[in-house]
Amino acid sequence: MSALRRKLLRDLIRLWPQALAIALVLATGVGTMVLANGAYLSLFETRATYYENSRFADIFATATRAPKDVAADIARMDGVAIAEPRITALALADLPGVAEPASVMMISIPDNGPQRLNRVVLRKGAMPGPGSFDEVLISESFAKANGFEPGAQFDVLLNGVSRSLKVAGWALSPEYVYTIGPGELMPDERRFGVVWMPERELAAAYNLNGAFSSLLVKLVPGSSESKIIEGIDTALKAYGGQGAFGRKYQTSHAFLDAELLQLKAMSLILPPIFLLVSAFLVNMTLSRLIALEQEQIGLLKALGYSSWAVARHYLEFVTVIAILGTLIGMALGAWLGSGLAELYARFYRFPSLVFARDLQTYAIAAAAALTAALAGALQSTISAARLPPAIAMAPPLPARYHKLVTGLFDVARIFPQSTLINLRHLAHWPWRTAGAILGVALAVAVLVGSLWSFGSIRYLIDVTFNRSDRQEASIYFPTAKPMAAAFSVARLPGVLKVEPFRSIAVEMSFGSKKRRVALTGRPVGTSLSQVLDVNLKPVPLPGEGVVLSKALAGILGAARGDIVEVKLLEGESKTISLPVSSIVEGYFGLSAYMEINALNAKLGEDAAISGVNLDIDSSQRAELYAQLKQMPSTRFVTFQKIAMQKFRSTMAENIYTMLSVYISFAAIIAFGVVYNFARISLSEQGREMASLRVLGFTRAEVSALLITELAIVVLLAQPLGWIVGYGFAQAMASAFETELYRIPAIVGREVYAYASIVVCLAAGVSALIVRRRVDRLDMVAVLKTRE
Amino acid sequence: MLNGRPEAGVASGPVLRTRGLCKTYRTGEVEVQALRNVDFEARPGEFIVILGPSGSGKSTFLNIAGGLDSATSGEAWFEDHSLTQASEAQLTRYRRDHVGFIFQFYNLMPTLTALENVRLVTEIARKPMRPEEALALVGLEDRMDHFPAQLSGGEQQRVAIARAIAKQPALLLCDEPTGALDSKTGIRVLEALALVNERIGTTTLVITHNAAIREIAHRVIYFANGSIARSETNTVRKAPSEVSW
Repeated sequence: MSALRRKLLRDLIRLWPQALAIALVLATGVGTMVLANGAYLSLFETRATYYENSRFADIFATATRAPKDVAADIARMDGVAIAEPRITALALADLPGVAEPASVMMISIPDNGPQRLNRVVLRKGAMPGPGSFDEVLISESFAKANGFEPGAQFDVLLNGVSRSLKVAGWALSPEYVYTIGPGELMPDERRFGVVWMPERELAAAYNLNGAFSSLLVKLVPGSSESKIIEGIDTALKAYGGQGAFGRKYQTSHAFLDAELLQLKAMSLILPPIFLLVSAFLVNMTLSRLIALEQEQIGLLKALGYSSWAVARHYLEFVTVIAILGTLIGMALGAWLGSGLAELYARFYRFPSLVFARDLQTYAIAAAAALTAALAGALQSTISAARLPPAIAMAPPLPARYHKLVTGLFDVARIFPQSTLINLRHLAHWPWRTAGAILGVALAVAVLVGSLWSFGSIRYLIDVTFNRSDRQEASIYFPTAKPMAAAFSVARLPGVLKVEPFRSIAVEMSFGSKKRRVALTGRPVGTSLSQVLDVNLKPVPLPGEGVVLSKALAGILGAARGDIVEVKLLEGESKTISLPVSSIVEGYFGLSAYMEINALNAKLGEDAAISGVNLDIDSSQRAELYAQLKQMPSTRFVTFQKIAMQKFRSTMAENIYTMLSVYISFAAIIAFGVVYNFARISLSEQGREMASLRVLGFTRAEVSALLITELAIVVLLAQPLGWIVGYGFAQAMASAFETELYRIPAIVGREVYAYASIVVCLAAGVSALIVRRRVDRLDMVAVLKTRE
Repeated sequence: MLNGRPEAGVASGPVLRTRGLCKTYRTGEVEVQALRNVDFEARPGEFIVILGPSGSGKSTFLNIAGGLDSATSGEAWFEDHSLTQASEAQLTRYRRDHVGFIFQFYNLMPTLTALENVRLVTEIARKPMRPEEALALVGLEDRMDHFPAQLSGGEQQRVAIARAIAKQPALLLCDEPTGALDSKTGIRVLEALALVNERIGTTTLVITHNAAIREIAHRVIYFANGSIARSETNTVRKAPSEVSW
């Protein structure tokens, strides 16, 4: 080993805590990159492969009852590769062990031959045999949640007739990777499942022999989706077609898209922060090392080493740290990645989901880490290489300090001398001080940028469940019913209050923008479910015009007073024009509201309702549920309280996992910055500190000098961190916003407080570690040596 | 125990006293006896110059006297307080309240001006003089607002003297105070030391390699091989301006 390499090794051993601190910050950068990119790639490719293998459809359409010939016509359209008709129906299920009415999506499987599109993957048991009766496949998560092994039986209400179905096997479908029930906010595997039944049986149950109610279409690559959707809508118009749509509006696919979008945002926001801080730490530490070794550099050059050899020596030092950081980061990323894959496996039902061990992800992360480290090393290495030997070998000139403010009066008098030492030392290295402040501020910002979600979700839950949708349950009817249906529900046991609503699928457009949404009609003055404006005040629904949620208005670009076109996708297909009368708050999906009578008038219908919201007397709950389970006029029932609990527990779990990661990362940054800053400060002022000890300053007083300096940096960093963190919170909230849901960026005061506490604790720990070095200062040596 | 310094009574006794002071350093296999049975006394107001070659033990002696180092055996007292029995915290207190140090390389705070360097000590001292007064005593009243980097070596050393005496210490310990200075500047520093000794009556111990300095002392101690080889008393003291090297 060459002498320089040996020096390198010894330097690394001597400076290991600082080197490790830098490596750890780099590791968090590499780790988050590997995690976010790896997770993105895993999810993206797993989904693509699954869709490919199971032949996931491109277009989805539903109709009331369409003859199979129509499907054959559609199959012959230009650009259509396959059109597969099938029967789908939502049915109430009475499950042993589930008190509330549950619902299942009944889907037909062809009697002869396999499915051509959206093929199921059999996970357990067998397909229903030919000529079997009441044998079905059920979705795996539903089976697991209810403990339905093959052979188990449960009751469903098929077209008003109770049937006992027997589980033949478990299956997965690309259509239900994210299995969320109708009208629900979160998957509830207990209360919603998918059931596949042979077509002949389902057709018989729903009187759909020779007909279909759902159509899957696979496109020829390169054909126009919108054109074919138009064609399908025309073909199904006479048969109660409800508007065909592409994958973008397919629920499961949309949720996966949302997840991918969030991973992309995470990979763009987090790693750059960590890499930036690492570059700064490398710069700070290497500059000091080179300043201390100035005489050695001069000596090396005097001995005949080239400038490049000197530069390479320091670049190697940094490279070793970068490699160490990269290795730790890769291990960290892979570990977090498999954790995330496990978490995903609970929400997303793929045949298999493995965290991608993709070489490219790792290579990019390693390159980024090395680039950050070398960028940090650049300036000090160049200055080392340029140092002329004669100057290098002379001892460095004493640092020239300056007064902070030159004014008419002596500002300095107001500070004790020790504080003056701190302030002048900090001011003497303005870039380093600024860098340290920024580094600590970024640690605070990472925390503010993640902790806010806690309060925001609490806020969202409060607004959604306690102020807006306060009903305990909502019953959806299979078809629109006269107002009298509400009164019959009101007569059920335990029903305290009933509020009807009308809901209809529409395509709303404004200018060139259009979206499929549910247009909800409600009576004026409802108290259970109400529409809130952006200030959370209930909005009385106007006699005319439509109220849009902020998200929908934003997408359409429509403001109050604009006229939107509303194309009805159910019943009589027609388009009506409605003025936007106000914009309201709403965090889930895209919503539009009208006064129920005004809506019915526009539809040309008498008082019709799609369902009712209920308030329930809890003492009669069991009785009510039992009746609801048997009520043929119920399509499905949602329960707000259950939804809220599910939402809260799922979010809490996810957020706790995420936060523990963020808190560790922020603590690593704060620790790394403060530790390196303190070590360098001590290295520069160690001699003075030892002199102070000689002069009779106590250990505590001398330590206070160092700790005060750190405290100034950490304190100045807090407000900056809050501001940057608020920006992160806004950026995260808007990056995470999808058409499915959005989380309001509410950053409460406690968020700033928690962020600051965590960072101050991490800074405190590193300050205490450095303080031990202050205690060991050699007072005698300092008298004998010149700096 | 080292806190109260009686103003009267003890004042006539020795300020610093050692009996059989020994110090052994052990570095690996090698054992170095830096001090062997040093018996020493310094009376109030005495100006003592300690001479001796490198490694003769004079710095070790000064460090123990100043409470920076501990003895292996023997005893040392400041007035009637034992230094060899004192705890770390008591020694810090001793340095803070009673000892002024002057080092070869000044050891000033580069971040503080001359005045602020002195103030650093007066802020924590029990009975300090005004920092401006201390600087005036060493002839630096015009340079008070300069940072160390803006001062010459001699000026920096005089700031160090002002800093050391501003607390009005009983004992002033100087380790090679002129070691880094040329003769002319060195003499100005010695003048400042002599003046302080005369005006405040601080007992002053000056370690030096420079034999010429001995002539300004009341007493000269010669160290050799870790012990006091001999001691001389000057019947006639020269003024610093009269010596040269």
